[in-house]
Amino acid sequence: MAAHNVPIGPMGRQKYEVEIMSSEAIRNTFGTPETHFLNHEKGWKSWAFTLDHKRIGIMYLIGVTIALILAGVFALVLRTHLWSFDGTGPVKLTNAQYNQMFTLHGAIMVFAFIIPSVPAALGNIVLPMMLGAKDVAFPRMNLASFYLWIAGTGCLLFAILAGHGLDTGWTFYTPYSIETETGVIYATFGAFILGFSSIFTGLNFLVTVNTMRAKGQTWFKLPLFLWSLYATSIIQVLATPVLGITLLMLIAEKTMHIGIFDPKYGGDPVLFQHFFWFYSHPAVYIMILPAMGVISELISVYSQKKIFGYSFIAFSSIAIALLGFLVWGHHMFTSGQSQVVTLIFSAITFTVAIPSAVKVFNWLATLYKGSILLSTPMCFALSFIFLFGIGGLTGLFLGALSTDIHLHDTYFVVAHFHFVMVGGTLTALLGGVFHWWPKIFGRMYNDFLGRVSCFLVFTGFNLTFFPQFVMGARGMPRRYATYDPEFQIFHQYSTIGAFVLGIGIVMAYAVLVYAAFRGPRCGSNPFRAASLEWQSSSPPDFHNFTHKIAMCDPYDYDSQVYDEELDTYVHRELAQPSKPVEAEPQPAAN
Amino acid sequence: MNWQIPTLFGQTETAKTVLERVQETTLPGTTVPASSIERPETGVSYWFPEQASTFAKGVDDLYMFIFWVSTVFFIAIVVAMVYLCLKYRRRGKEIVVEPSSSHNTNLEIAWSVLPSILLVPMFWWGATGYFDSRIPAEDAEEILVTASRYNWLFTYPDGDSSSELHLVRDKPVTLKMQSNDVLHSMYVPAFRQKMDIVPGRYTYAFMVPTKLGQYRLACTEYCGEGHSKMRTLCEVHIDDQDRKENTQWIESEHAPWENGERIYKIHCSGCHRIDGQAATGPALNLTWNREGKTHTGEAFKADDNYILESIWYPAAKVVEGYGPVSKMNSFKGILSQDQVNHVIAYLKHLQDPNAANAPADEPTDTEPVAGEKSTEEETETEA
Repeated sequence: MAAHNVPIGPMGRQKYEVEIMSSEAIRNTFGTPETHFLNHEKGWKSWAFTLDHKRIGIMYLIGVTIALILAGVFALVLRTHLWSFDGTGPVKLTNAQYNQMFTLHGAIMVFAFIIPSVPAALGNIVLPMMLGAKDVAFPRMNLASFYLWIAGTGCLLFAILAGHGLDTGWTFYTPYSIETETGVIYATFGAFILGFSSIFTGLNFLVTVNTMRAKGQTWFKLPLFLWSLYATSIIQVLATPVLGITLLMLIAEKTMHIGIFDPKYGGDPVLFQHFFWFYSHPAVYIMILPAMGVISELISVYSQKKIFGYSFIAFSSIAIALLGFLVWGHHMFTSGQSQVVTLIFSAITFTVAIPSAVKVFNWLATLYKGSILLSTPMCFALSFIFLFGIGGLTGLFLGALSTDIHLHDTYFVVAHFHFVMVGGTLTALLGGVFHWWPKIFGRMYNDFLGRVSCFLVFTGFNLTFFPQFVMGARGMPRRYATYDPEFQIFHQYSTIGAFVLGIGIVMAYAVLVYAAFRGPRCGSNPFRAASLEWQSSSPPDFHNFTHKIAMCDPYDYDSQVYDEELDTYVHRELAQPSKPVEAEPQPAAN
Repeated sequence: MNWQIPTLFGQTETAKTVLERVQETTLPGTTVPASSIERPETGVSYWFPEQASTFAKGVDDLYMFIFWVSTVFFIAIVVAMVYLCLKYRRRGKEIVVEPSSSHNTNLEIAWSVLPSILLVPMFWWGATGYFDSRIPAEDAEEILVTASRYNWLFTYPDGDSSSELHLVRDKPVTLKMQSNDVLHSMYVPAFRQKMDIVPGRYTYAFMVPTKLGQYRLACTEYCGEGHSKMRTLCEVHIDDQDRKENTQWIESEHAPWENGERIYKIHCSGCHRIDGQAATGPALNLTWNREGKTHTGEAFKADDNYILESIWYPAAKVVEGYGPVSKMNSFKGILSQDQVNHVIAYLKHLQDPNAANAPADEPTDTEPVAGEKSTEEETETEA
């Protein structure tokens, strides 16, 4: 055995030494190692002060799940309230309470759950390993990002407990947000802090992908999940500061009446909308792009086929990220912005539809002549295509001007963005978590129950949100605590669906949590995936890789060979004792 | 009343009974009677409310065009997905992957460009329809819309005003809209028309109603606690004469409490209920002569002076439970003392419907109240 510097990047201080093992030893790590990142240190301090991206990712996952549960409960409460058109249903909320419910549901879901969900939770765990790196470029900043998330979410929750709640809608539109007595300042400050958390993660990922790729890993050997995370990070770094400034100005306006957004003091409420959507529209892509990246991985792995049109998918991520900056005005077609501007925004909005469509076609083409395993992650991926398909196509109704005038601020819009945010991002998150769960914990989930949970999520989701398209087209405005009786039947379908969806999500998490503690052991690569993270043991070592990685195309599944002894797939070069890796001076990667 | 049972998911017995229950009830907390709102008639499109403006049909046609294009694409995607998943699903543990290309530039360019071509007519059709609904005809009459939490006030060119929107069939109309407080949005689903109302500036909406009837008009920009109550009627009349009969209001022809009731509908009903239930503000049927405490603990009696002060300077004495900051706008300059007198008469009427017909109460400190005709004369001299 010889000491060897593993090339993990040009940054000298990041280098660390590992012992190159014999092929026999390498093979043994593909069983379950005795020490790994979950047990190499113990005690709460080893988690609270960890710089390990995997532990931070798990803490993020737990955090966003708590946010999901909280905001999900709010959603169930308000849906139960809407069971009856006149507010006499099983849960009776006053109008003010109802307004608080939908505001808190939206604000927590958007700022504390969806935006950090895939990038900060899954991305943190997977991104460095996909690069063959030991950690992200700035591990301390990574931990700081998580604590900022806690602080920001804490501020949001503090608004509920101490600031008379929050009743502005998650959009904080002025001048209402300036007038209301509820905890707008706490909440916007919370969102401001969460913005920094998001910027830290984005910056970290950009630097990591640029500087810490394994030797031989060119840009076009990056898994597509990384392309999508890279595109997301660009948005996070460029757009989030605008939100931060806007929210600070809102706080200044509210406390000092300096006259930016409130016409009472000479300000312009439409200006706030421009500022807000300049961030919040790109933020929609912060939510969906990483989800698309997850789906690209899942479709390819569970079809055992190289992803079709790699470069089209990769560049469509970048195209979406860039075009996403130019369409914010489509949230404001009825706001009083100029008609010419409205026309231009409509035109650009249609161009964003294309890269998304390209991805869907490429995923379908990947299935062709593959070997498709309909396990839980793949079921989530397929339901993503179904739901995102509806979410994307209904976007066309809202991009076209005359139909948008009719549909704007109705339940049609509510249904549209839930199809994208929940049917898209949440489905992809669950699929991704199932996919990488055996990698994180070294234990396999119950596939049957996983698929049942996927079915419940899929069914419940459609039952919840499809009727809302009909309501919206018939003219049911959103954010209404009481409504016309003719819509009641649709609301009731929707409420039943919401509970089915809730049960499905709880069941998925139950299956996962059970698997993490009691599931059967699985080898390092049970799904025959080829991207680098599967070359580490399951659970991975604290340093991710205890051996020299074997570089290969992330979608070259033939490189993985089945090892009967370990009952798992191992990279060809690592699996053959007859061809010792350490004997080669040049990395086998090239 | 026409009532089409939604056919989307089929209909069960229980849902039917629910619908029957719904039909018999009225709209809560608004001035809109449930029975007066248009229902989708049999034969009307599944997706839309009635088409009652010139550009409504264009909007619906575009909607259906996008709907069918989307449906074709969606079905193609799902059928392809299901077919491929069934045909190439893994059987047993053996992984069999037939060799196939992993990219095909021509194919990919084709499926990028072809959908783009379909998007062009959608954009164009949408844009032309949009300008139809935004660029007013030159001979359009101008109706001033004043939105305030949570009331609508429509003022017509001849000076009449009402809390419901009254239009004339085939007569082009531009709504010139202003807000007294926060953002609102004027939405008439049957016209497919919607426009935000922004404080500090005017916004405009244009339409030509084409069908007689009563339609919903709703606020669609979240404006606060009573947002979902900010609904009213839009009625399309056969001619100006017919409309005039509905909008004209000659105060001297009505008892003061009736004038007060009208003011209540236009200005107060968004926040104050008259069925004894608290809303954004206290219920008005319990107000007159009520003794209570303000949020600072000061005792008050709801007499003439208190009512006047509360309407003109709402922040002065806020009833306990509604403070510390009053949510009410000042009506100084909006309601004259004359009109306040009508409101007071209405408050008395709410308390005791027979009181208004009875002789006038003893005049209190400064101002005369709610007599029949004497009221107007006296207040005129005061003003």
